[in-house]
Amino acid sequence: MSFPTVVFYVLSAILIFAGLRVITAKNPVHAALYLVLAFFTSAGHWLLLESEFLAISLVLVYVGAVMVLFLFVVMMLDINFEKLREGFWKNAPLAGTVGLIMVGEMVLILMSPEASLGSYKGAAPLAADASNIRELGRLIYTTYLWPFELAAVVLLVGMVAAIALTMRKRKDTKFVNPGDQVVVRRDDRVRLVKMAAVKRSEPVAEAESADQQA
Amino acid sequence: MLTLTHFLVLAAILFAISVLGIFLNRKNVIVLLMAIELMLLAVNFNFIAFSHYLSDTAGQIFVFFILTVAAAESAIGLAILVVLFRNLQTINVEDLGSLKG
Repeated sequence: MSFPTVVFYVLSAILIFAGLRVITAKNPVHAALYLVLAFFTSAGHWLLLESEFLAISLVLVYVGAVMVLFLFVVMMLDINFEKLREGFWKNAPLAGTVGLIMVGEMVLILMSPEASLGSYKGAAPLAADASNIRELGRLIYTTYLWPFELAAVVLLVGMVAAIALTMRKRKDTKFVNPGDQVVVRRDDRVRLVKMAAVKRSEPVAEAESADQQA
Repeated sequence: MLTLTHFLVLAAILFAISVLGIFLNRKNVIVLLMAIELMLLAVNFNFIAFSHYLSDTAGQIFVFFILTVAAAESAIGLAILVVLFRNLQTINVEDLGSLKG
């Protein structure tokens, strides 16, 4: 067996183990951490397939951002997870049967001689200075420019929606409405009062003269 | 010698595992979301394997977009989960019957 084949089998064993632990772990924090392991291992697989940019972005975006978000939420919620596991194994026989049938069907199709998927040898290994990122960037900014812009809009909408969903107004906060503040006029704030001039009363005058002498 | 079949079978196994996870964790929304992420990973595997063996970079562009959509999806899903927990103090799928007609 060549070295990449060995790497493939080792990574695949880790990936399948991590996947099984994600769905069977009792504690969701453990499930999230095994999902991190699964993503990291798949990044290794993707490196084997010479898509370096996506492998790195899987680690950065998924492990770095999405899984941290998952961990935040799991740790923030105070839930009795034991109660959520009631009847966990009740569906296991059915689920196992369905899963095995799915894998069996896929293997039958993928390995059938007519499909002849094994005949794709892949491109010759790329040169050492071949840049995966340059090729992806060229495609993104030419052929796929419009979908790329749409992807940016999807991210923006996702961000706005997530913030709008979780934001709540506190009743005890004091704040100024900038719109009202800008349109305010002098008459709203200043009131001129007309009153007749009155003579100063004596004790005040005495106190002032005392101050001046001192 | 690694062939396309190796990667496709691995992706199929991963996909079946996540379907299994959806069956088993019917009540826990968090693990359901994680199983969906695993499923998207299996799909991405197929795209990248085909992209490599057919030497067509377009497959990798699609994985890029799937990653974008999956990130937005999980962010909104978790936001919904937090709002749900704030209002009901539970994330059990069976308690979410308030939309029942």
